[in-house]
This record gives sequence, C-alpha cells and structure tokens, in this order.
Amino acid sequence: MKDLGAMKQPDSRTHRAALKGIRRLFVLAVALIGATLAIVEPAQAQLSVDVTDESGNDMVIAVPGLATPESVGTAAGSTDALGRQIGDVIAADLRGSGLFRPLGPSAVRAIAYSEVTAPAFDYWPGTGAVALVQGFVRDNKDGRLMVGCYLYDVALRQELTRQGFLIVPGEWRRAAHKCADAIYARLTGESPFFDSRIAYVAESGPKDRRVKRLAIMDSDGANHRFLTNGQSVVLTPRFSPDYKQIVYLSYVERRPRIYVYDIGTGRQRVVTESANPTFAPRFSPDGRFILYSMAVNGNTDIYRVPIGGGASTRLTNSPGIDVGGSYSPDGSRIIFESDRSGSQQLYVMNSDGSNQRRISFGGGRYATPEWSPRGDLIAFTKIAGNFRVGVMTPDGGGERLLTDSWQDEAPSWSPNGRVIQFFRTSQGRAGKSSVWQVDLTGTNERRIPTPLDGSDPAWGPLLP
Amino acid sequence: MNARLKLAALAAALAMAGCARKPPPELPPAPMTGQEQAPVEQGVENAIVPGSRADFLRSVPSDRILFDTDMYDVDDRDRAVLDGQAQWLQRYPNVRVTIEGHADERGTREYNLALGDRRANAAKNYLQSRGIAASRMTVISWGKERPEALGSDESAWAQNRRAVTVIPQ
Repeated sequence: MKDLGAMKQPDSRTHRAALKGIRRLFVLAVALIGATLAIVEPAQAQLSVDVTDESGNDMVIAVPGLATPESVGTAAGSTDALGRQIGDVIAADLRGSGLFRPLGPSAVRAIAYSEVTAPAFDYWPGTGAVALVQGFVRDNKDGRLMVGCYLYDVALRQELTRQGFLIVPGEWRRAAHKCADAIYARLTGESPFFDSRIAYVAESGPKDRRVKRLAIMDSDGANHRFLTNGQSVVLTPRFSPDYKQIVYLSYVERRPRIYVYDIGTGRQRVVTESANPTFAPRFSPDGRFILYSMAVNGNTDIYRVPIGGGASTRLTNSPGIDVGGSYSPDGSRIIFESDRSGSQQLYVMNSDGSNQRRISFGGGRYATPEWSPRGDLIAFTKIAGNFRVGVMTPDGGGERLLTDSWQDEAPSWSPNGRVIQFFRTSQGRAGKSSVWQVDLTGTNERRIPTPLDGSDPAWGPLLP
Repeated sequence: MNARLKLAALAAALAMAGCARKPPPELPPAPMTGQEQAPVEQGVENAIVPGSRADFLRSVPSDRILFDTDMYDVDDRDRAVLDGQAQWLQRYPNVRVTIEGHADERGTREYNLALGDRRANAAKNYLQSRGIAASRMTVISWGKERPEALGSDESAWAQNRRAVTVIPQ
C-alpha cells in the first residue's frame, strides 16, 4: 500500500498529474492547513478524546460511506460498494476502541462525491455528530484505487486531518484501517493501532484432546487464515517485528520445541537444537534474537539465541522456573516471571541477564509479563483467586487490574500500548477459550470474533 | 511363540490396554475394534504379554503420582507407587518409558509447561534413584494441555496434577 500522506482535494485539476508531483502538492497543502489551524485554534477548543478518561468517552462521529466519482468494477467489487464497506470498517474500528459512538453508513445519509471536501455543515449537527468522516474511492486507471478520507470538526466547520492511499483493490480493508488510525490519532493524540495483525491459536474439540492450530487475522478479526492443520499441538505464537515470521511452540514429533514459521513460504524450522524442551519464545524488538525458556531436568531458565541459529546465551540461572521474558522496546531490559521466591513473581533484568530484581509485591502470584511497546507499562496476569489482567510500571508501581473474570490470561499489547488483548477461559467440562481486548481504562472490554475458539493472542506492530 | 501368535497376542494386549482404567492422556490412535484385529487363536484372547503396557498397568500400584498445587515433591505414597514401577521396570530392562508431566488448568500456560516438566523429572529422578537407567526414560511436559478430568473443581484439578509413566503400546 502506498501511503500518500495527506490527501489532496479530489476535484483539483492535478488529479492526472504524476504521483510524485501529487505527493509534493500534498505536503504543501498540509503545511497550509496547519498554518490555518494554528491561527484558528485559540478561538475555540478543538475536538479531542482522552483515552485515559473512564467516563463519557463516546464522541458521536458520523461516517457515511465513501463516495465515488463513478462506480467502477474492481476485483474486490465496485468502487461504490467498496466506499460503503470502507465506511463500515472505519466505523467498526472506532466503535471497537470504546472511545467513539460512530454513526456508520447504514445510520446516516450517503454523500455525493462533491461533498467530500465541502461537507454539509448545516446538516450534520442535526444528526448529533460532532465529528464527521468523509472520503472517496476512485479508480486510479492503473489497476489500483485511490482512497481518501477527511476528518471534520462539525461545530468548527473545519477540516482536522486528511489521508490518502493508493491500494490494490484487495487491500481495501487496510485503507479503511489507515483512515480509522488517522482519525483515532488526530482525536486522541495517541499513536495509531488499527492497521495491524494478530497471531493466535485457534482451538476446537473436547477439553482433554483440544486441537490447536496456528492462525493469523487482522486486528478486527478479518482476513482470517489458518497456518497449521492441527495435527500437532501449537502454543504461544509471536509475530516477528516485520510480520514475515512467527515463532511458536509445537509438539511436532511429540517434542515440545520452538519453531520459526515463514509466512511467505509456509516452511518451519527448529530454532535451537536441544534434547531439552524449549518454549515461551519471544522476538527481540530488532528481530535479531529470540528469547526462550528451556527446561533442563526440571529446572527452567531463560536463554537468547540469534534468529539465524547459533549458540544460545543463558540469561538466568536460579533454581526454579524462570520463564516468559519480554523485551523493553529499546531492547535494553527484559521483564520475566520467576518462582525463585516460592511463587510466580515479576522480575526485571538487563538484556545480558545482569541486575535481576523483583518488581511485583502486591500479594498473590504474577505471571506472563509483557512490556508495552510504549515502554511505560508492564501487562501481566495476576493470580489471586481469579486470573485477572493488569498493568504496572516497570519499577512495580501503579498496579491496576483491568479485567475481572474466572480466568483471563496472557496479555498482549496493541502497537500503541493503549489496548490489551488476552484470552478468557470459561469453567467446567465444556470450558472454552476466547480472545478479548480491553483498553487501559478497563471499561472498554469486548470479544474479538474468531471462527473457532481462540487463545494465546499476540498482537503485531503497526503495519507500514 | 511363533511370529503370528506374537502378533495376535500383541493385538489382544492392545485391546485390553484400550479398556484399562487409565487411558493414555495424549491423542490416542484410532481405537482398534474386534473386527480389525488379526485372527486370534483359541485361548490367547485374554493373555497379557509380559513387559507390555497392559502387563505394567496390571502389575504396578498405579501408573501415576499426583501432586499438590504448584508442588512437585515425591511423598511417601508416591514413593510406594514409584517403587512398584521400578520393580516392574527392572524385570523388563529392554522396555523404555515416557514420563508425562501435567498441571491443572489453574495456572498460566507457560509456567504450567515448566511445572509439568518439573513433575515428570521428579518421578524420573526417583525411578533413577531406584536403579532405572536415565537412558530408558523420556520426559515430556503437557502443561495444562491434556487434562484427565474435565471439571473445574478441586477434585478434577487434583487428578490433573500428575506424572504418568507410559509404557509403549
């Protein structure tokens, strides 16, 4: 997908200009808009949403279907139909964040192509919307589509941001996620996260013989794909930072070991040859190393191995179970769990294994720590009666529990460090697992739709 | 015993193992039915092949030891069970075993993998101390992936915190 950055107006004469030229013009346009906003801003407070506010975060935002100058058939459907579908995805993304109350294409009137850059500012306040998303889908005459989207402040009658993308028709959902990301980022001041993918374990079958398959999907559950056939139990996948590989645990040949799966070729290979079981794999932020745990005669420690293979470096050597490391975003430190004190607790160490110290002291057990991509928080599973997902700072302060269910486990961060996915298991003989997400307020919690039951979600980074 | 008789006896043993009180907790092969068995000669149907899984299950106090929450210690009762297993294993020095370690569902997945490994090794180390060569024993941890009891209560969890000695079919 070609990101054109800020989008030019669809009716401008420069439509047919070379892309490079268009891109340069966009930059100019942005500069001009920025200058205008800078002058206008002090006069009236602009729209914004606070992602940390637990109450009243339901900004009404109108998202009519994207308009098209003429409906043209594409491999993914007509530009007219795509415009409406893109509007639906943008609205669903914004709704899913828990911060907005979108009025999607089925809830508001359709707009004409000419309205895209000239909103009916007299009409929209009557719908209750305080923000408005409009856009267009246009045949680019080269097998690609140009998708533009614009965010307006209804009360101020002002454009807040615009984005444009050149895509092949099959990538239309990504254009929708990118638009939603631009809107989310502009209104919250946070980094975007919708255009990203999830690796997880799809589950089926009875509780004592669960069939587990490696699967991937978009952050909203779309474009779902199974990667393994379920013959061997697979667990705990993680995307590489470039999304080209997945590291995970497989019971192939009845030997639990970590493998790297190449998404392009479908091939998998053992990461480190050992007679001992290896598990709990994690990529380093630069993708050059894999952190993993290995059990030797009942004692589990954390190791690091180069992605291409080679000698492993042992990072912990305490008697007991050291498991589940996760790198800080700058790669300098690792958070992990250890029962060296007698129960599972969280520890931080330098990435070479030095300076190991415990950070969890809140009572109960703490497990599955994951360092936020923002660096500011550690997500974990707290075991004190129920299993709950919570966060604390890397020095152990500010502990907050975000979920409360019988068994919530294994948090994984959104690319912007503002949303957490985890899996929830229900009780009893028919107990099943499902993938859920919650934001940092703990109030916006929802289930992620998956074709089968799901566990071990692992959120990848923002797509380029 | 001629080769054909051996095969028949093995088939009978397999069928018996299928009826045993404790089926193997991992994915079993498709169950053998009477129709699929090799022709069985008179008087062999109920024979148990010495050194077979069926023989093991019949001969030892139990094929497994159980653990308290988060624990992996081998107590007096466990020792009695493992002593029985060791005696049998000494009678059949060519039999190799797999010791499977398991945890209950009330633990996190990766910790439970490590805990299952710890439990299986506790059983292995004890058997080794009773004279069973380490080279005869393979350890595998299933963590919480293969529960024996399906409920979500103390009694089910107690059954699932286990190390099971499995003789090949």
